[in-house]
Amino acid sequence: MRTRALALRIIRQFVRDKRTLALLFLAPLLVLTLMNFVFNGQSVKLHIGAVSLPEPIESRLERADADIVPYSSMDEAEDALRDGKLDAIVSIDHGAPSLLLEGSDPSVSRSVLVVLQKALQAEAPNAPQLRVSYLHGEEGLTSFDSFGPVLIGFFSFFFVFLLAGVAFLRERTTGTLERLLATPIRRSEIVGGYLTGFGLFTLLQAALIAVYSIYVLGMYMDGSIWLVLLMNLLLTLTALTLGTLLSSYATTEFQIIQFIPLVIVPQVFFSGLFNLDAMNPWLQKLSYIMPLYYGADAMRGIMIRGEGFADIRTDVCILLGFSVAFALLNVVALKKQRAI
Amino acid sequence: MTSDLVAPKPPVVEIDGLTRSFGGRTVLDGITLRIGRGELFGLLGPSGSGKTTLIKLLTGMDKADSGTVRMLGERLPKLAMMHRFGYMAQADALYNELTARENLLFFASLYGLAGSRRNERIRAAMGVVDLLDHLNKPVAAYSGGMKRRLSLAIALLHEPELLVLDEPTVGIDPALRQSIWKELLALRQAGTTIVLTTHVMDEADKCDRIGLLRDGRLTAVDSPEALKARSGAQTIEEAFIALGGGVRT
Repeated sequence: MRTRALALRIIRQFVRDKRTLALLFLAPLLVLTLMNFVFNGQSVKLHIGAVSLPEPIESRLERADADIVPYSSMDEAEDALRDGKLDAIVSIDHGAPSLLLEGSDPSVSRSVLVVLQKALQAEAPNAPQLRVSYLHGEEGLTSFDSFGPVLIGFFSFFFVFLLAGVAFLRERTTGTLERLLATPIRRSEIVGGYLTGFGLFTLLQAALIAVYSIYVLGMYMDGSIWLVLLMNLLLTLTALTLGTLLSSYATTEFQIIQFIPLVIVPQVFFSGLFNLDAMNPWLQKLSYIMPLYYGADAMRGIMIRGEGFADIRTDVCILLGFSVAFALLNVVALKKQRAI
Repeated sequence: MTSDLVAPKPPVVEIDGLTRSFGGRTVLDGITLRIGRGELFGLLGPSGSGKTTLIKLLTGMDKADSGTVRMLGERLPKLAMMHRFGYMAQADALYNELTARENLLFFASLYGLAGSRRNERIRAAMGVVDLLDHLNKPVAAYSGGMKRRLSLAIALLHEPELLVLDEPTVGIDPALRQSIWKELLALRQAGTTIVLTTHVMDEADKCDRIGLLRDGRLTAVDSPEALKARSGAQTIEEAFIALGGGVRT
């Protein structure tokens, strides 16, 4: 009897809370659909540059579904490799085959190695040992080294998003926001205050995560620690402004949690943790609206490819743009609480 | 409804033809009201009658759909006017993790108080509500009554000429209610205009004038004595029922 009453009450509450209901049923579908797109598309095509490669090997590689681009000189091919157009370059140097791998994604490197070794065995079983070298990273680059930079960015983003969202929500539900708005404070000053106060802690968090991953966990690091800190800080700033903005549209802590599958999970898929080459090209474009995509791209660039500020400038500008836009929207959203 | 237009002193609050609705539901309907300088004005009405909405509009936190609100002659909403009144919300909007002093320092800074003047005002405001001994306690350790008094102290910090109090004595024991009223009457004596909302009828008796709010309309505005006389009632409660348009079902 009492069990029935309790069950009935829970069902009633659920039915009233349309948002939770929608989330319960639709969010798993959304996440599954995304996973389907990420993992179930066309197979990843390897892009291999070929310099004076014998025809039989070339055609065998092509049959293994690799995209072979012939180059007349090694310099030209290396430029393409640096620009990210190629995954590897195969050349014959004084009769010995040699392979130069781009190297920042260990799984791609492995695929290239497997395909090439098969082709060599079939076409030139007596050729000398394949010489393998890396443009970025090294042979011992593990998956964690490759995912690491993305994970650093992701965890900073995720925790700051939750924290900022809940803190700002609590200010509203405990009535202190209303009280605050009965003083001469400007709406922009509230957003600015939150950014500064939380900013200090996000700065510390970003520094701690980066330093711990690199110096304690020994993550592969080829670039400047200051650039890593800068990118991490920008990511958390974006998370901070996005979290406070979205908290305006939540009425309980529970509803903040509900933003995770809608806002955070899709970003993980587009952040570079998974190879998106297999995804439908127009779906790939979705990554352009995801802050984590830019953060992860720059973090990987700095840590694995040793990129400098000039290389990540676009990512920096876009993340700054996101933060400013979210902060301004937040100032506007506060109008809901006070007319002026 | 003419007596409110001839308030003896220049008006602190002037409201004309104020209407506000939320999602098609009219919460305030054609409110016109003057509150004079140094008055203790009570807004009396059952919960849901629109008291808090009216408070939000007369402080300029909310914007009217039609009609005008002026505070001290200035058309609202206007950010600069936020300096001119002290506000105490229905809920104790305090930061529980901080001490009373830290709460006061925060709000004092928002009103632009600094230095020795700030410390002076904090001591004075806490003196009024008799909490000087508990200045350095975290608010989490305060009792419900102490929190209400601290909220009042925060409203007094910048010595506003107008105090707006939303249900200042709700959920407070009789002794404490009396002490808060003693403070309010002393403030009025010192020339502060006070607007408060209440649904406690015997508190209404202590106001200079009261406005009866029912379903978003001001059904009567007058001194408690005049209201009782007009309706031939003994108590404000009876007058409220007689003038408010009968018992709501």
